[in-house]
Amino acid sequence: MKQAEQLDNLPGTVGEGLTQRGISRREFLKFCSSLTALLALPPSMASAMAEAISKARRQSVIWLSFQECTGCTESITRSHSPTLENLIFDLISLDYHHTLQAASAEAAEHAREQAMKDNAGKYLLIVDGSVPLGNPGFSTIAGISNHDMLVETAKGAAAIVAVGTCAAYGGIPKAGPNPTGAVAVGDIIKDKPIINVPGCPPIPVVMTGVLVHFLTFGSIPELDELGRPKSFYGETIHDRCYRRPFYDQGKFAQSFDDEAARQGWCLFKLGCKGPVTYNACATTKWNDGTSFPIQSGHGCIGCSEPNFWDAGPLYKALSVPASATSEMLGAAAAVGAAAGVAITWHNRSTKAAANTAHEKVTVQELTQEKK
Amino acid sequence: MSHLDLLTFARGSALNWALMLCVAGVVLRLFEIFGLGRKADLAKPRAARPGSGWRTMVTRSLPPEGMLKHDPVTYIGGYVFHLGLLVTIFFFAPHIEFIRSMTGLSWPGLPAALVDALAVAAMAALGTLLAHRLNNLVKRMLSGIGDYLAWTVTLLPLLTGYLAYHHLLLEYTLMLALHLFSIELLLVLLPFTKLFHTFSLFISRWYNGDLFARKGVAS
Repeated sequence: MKQAEQLDNLPGTVGEGLTQRGISRREFLKFCSSLTALLALPPSMASAMAEAISKARRQSVIWLSFQECTGCTESITRSHSPTLENLIFDLISLDYHHTLQAASAEAAEHAREQAMKDNAGKYLLIVDGSVPLGNPGFSTIAGISNHDMLVETAKGAAAIVAVGTCAAYGGIPKAGPNPTGAVAVGDIIKDKPIINVPGCPPIPVVMTGVLVHFLTFGSIPELDELGRPKSFYGETIHDRCYRRPFYDQGKFAQSFDDEAARQGWCLFKLGCKGPVTYNACATTKWNDGTSFPIQSGHGCIGCSEPNFWDAGPLYKALSVPASATSEMLGAAAAVGAAAGVAITWHNRSTKAAANTAHEKVTVQELTQEKK
Repeated sequence: MSHLDLLTFARGSALNWALMLCVAGVVLRLFEIFGLGRKADLAKPRAARPGSGWRTMVTRSLPPEGMLKHDPVTYIGGYVFHLGLLVTIFFFAPHIEFIRSMTGLSWPGLPAALVDALAVAAMAALGTLLAHRLNNLVKRMLSGIGDYLAWTVTLLPLLTGYLAYHHLLLEYTLMLALHLFSIELLLVLLPFTKLFHTFSLFISRWYNGDLFARKGVAS
């Protein structure tokens, strides 16, 4: 009864909810302006966005966590614009999320089923973590395997957001030898629009930004060939890195604590994977725009790329062979030398045989008249 | 297979095999060349000119008198190409890091913009030399498939490296993988094509210089 009363008191649209909470239109427009900047939209879109969001009903969101470390949830709780609180109280109805919801056990599962029933075909499904196919028992929730829960919940979803590299591409659980047979959401669900928001974890405002885009436009943003929103994953870390001029000048740190590192020189030689990593870390940054890994002195490990964990040593430069060794080349030289000796022996034998077979012609034979 | 997977393969197994084939091939060819041997020269040397072989290595690297004017395209193009290629290979910081990882040797790199300009000059020189080869009747008659193959596999690493650096044509990671594959093709073909002159050039110049000195025409 009490729960029913609470539901009745919930605002119908986002605009009504904002009015109830005493948020002025000016404040809301300011919020929308920051969102348009975040999504790389023209400033004129701010008012259109405000209009769209205020008229929209709070979006039902179901968040499923599979083989993951909760790092993605930890990350999204640190979103600053919009904050997760903004999202939950103003824009979305987070109907199911293991870590954040108060309900547990059967009540929690009931909340998921209820949300799926009430918002069939309309709810947004967010998934973090990979799905193990090796054995259904490797990862279960309320006795339901990750695979079955994903397939069941995806059926009525309007779209799916695969949050984190594990959900987007398999991530660390999929790293060789992939003991659980981990796969990405996109390997299982083929008939729904999927937005990949990779990163280990993804940047908080990138996650919230993607959600806001869906809420505003009711559609998924423009994606690249790996299913990532181009507005956040359109450029490499390297190209937007504040240390890039040092790379161009040939100035590199040789170790993490040398003078060059203290001067902020490029970390390429220390294994930075920024040149092949598409993400917004260098521009959006983390912790309310405070810093990002390279700024704090560590190279990028390429965590938003598929199979980054198996893409060669983390602390070796990209231009360095992933596994070649001088011992290996020494062995190759020995093989070459042995083959060279064999060929030399063969050549000399041929030459000696030709010398032996050669019949000398005498002057007498040359001057002898034909009979 | 994602672009990063392709790059990982290019940096891993593919590069290992290419390096091993190159090293084994170069050692094999050197054994083969030196193993051929020469007949002992029993004649008394015409003139005692010590160091003639070493001098010839230098003099044959310079244009003979009048030849620069006679055939400027070949000489200037050749110098520009080789200089550009050498600087690109040995003075671009990521390349030095590659060499350091394999040999432990390293030296300071040059600014990327300078290396970039020299790489462009090297590619322009390669194009000019090809055009000259095709337009010059004698050169064209002397050229065979091996020459055009050597030209192609030399151009590809320069071109893919340039395109990768400037983010042109293809996505960077994919282009970087193609750059590595083109280098691997070059490494595998180097010992068994005319590209082997990288190793045999100065050996043959020294030999010619030394031999000619014995015959009284030392440099």
